[in-house]
Amino acid sequence: MTTAERVRWYARGIGQALITLGVVVLLFCGYELWVTGLYTERQQHDLGRGLDRTWAQAPAPDPRHPLPYQVGKGIARIWFPTLGKDVHYVVVQGVGREDLKKGPGHYPTSARIGAVGNVVISGHRTTYLAPFNRVDELRPGDAIVLETQTFWYTYTVTAETIVKPTAVEVTYPVPGHLGERPTKRLLTLTTCNPKYSAQNRLIVHAVLSTPLAKQPGVVPPALARVVTG
Amino acid sequence: MYVWIWRHLPGPLVVRLLQTLLLLTAVVALLMLVVFPWIEPQLPWNDVTVTGGSG
Repeated sequence: MTTAERVRWYARGIGQALITLGVVVLLFCGYELWVTGLYTERQQHDLGRGLDRTWAQAPAPDPRHPLPYQVGKGIARIWFPTLGKDVHYVVVQGVGREDLKKGPGHYPTSARIGAVGNVVISGHRTTYLAPFNRVDELRPGDAIVLETQTFWYTYTVTAETIVKPTAVEVTYPVPGHLGERPTKRLLTLTTCNPKYSAQNRLIVHAVLSTPLAKQPGVVPPALARVVTG
Repeated sequence: MYVWIWRHLPGPLVVRLLQTLLLLTAVVALLMLVVFPWIEPQLPWNDVTVTGGSG
């Protein structure tokens, strides 16, 4: 091999390696944005069916002794009526990596849904079906509805903030005040911000406005347009 | 590398093309099912919680 040939041989090898790397990176983007969503879609489908079955079969729980939430299982449905007709997800118990792959996750140490205190739910912004992709579009006054076996809990968005990933104070029963006794029924959503990054966290604060006992054919006003329309 | 593989595939053109397709499918499957799920947790952009843990 002459020197020129050898140079060409190496150049071609490097070129092919770089092209291959580029294709692999593109495939990885496709995996993150699309393939992970397929997994979550399947999980949400199964969780939703499980939830409907449980709600239909189990007797309405005694409010004084509610059933404990099981990690990794569906515990409620979250609706975002202002973000679209079909924007709802099954909320799972737990915020471990595997829990959040299934859907938005409820912090086990946070309040029970509808209870006094702070209900904290985290969800993916860009991957795994991206359930919280558009929560930045929520505005103060918008409704977020949490559906349980026996109740529709309509929360009203009060504020949206961007905080550091270490800002655990947003999850306190009284956000920002450790150890204080809660009197309000709050809901806090957390997700990553900006999109495709984990530099900060986007926090949506909401407060319970109207709990509505479930009855056949009755949906909360915030959902009426969505469910019947 | 690709030229080397192509030269070493046996059979006529159609058979070689089929083998290429099969190899590509195998590589993509390996990436999607094994490599990417393994790499993903090492990357930060899926962290959505504020506990300091990962999500």
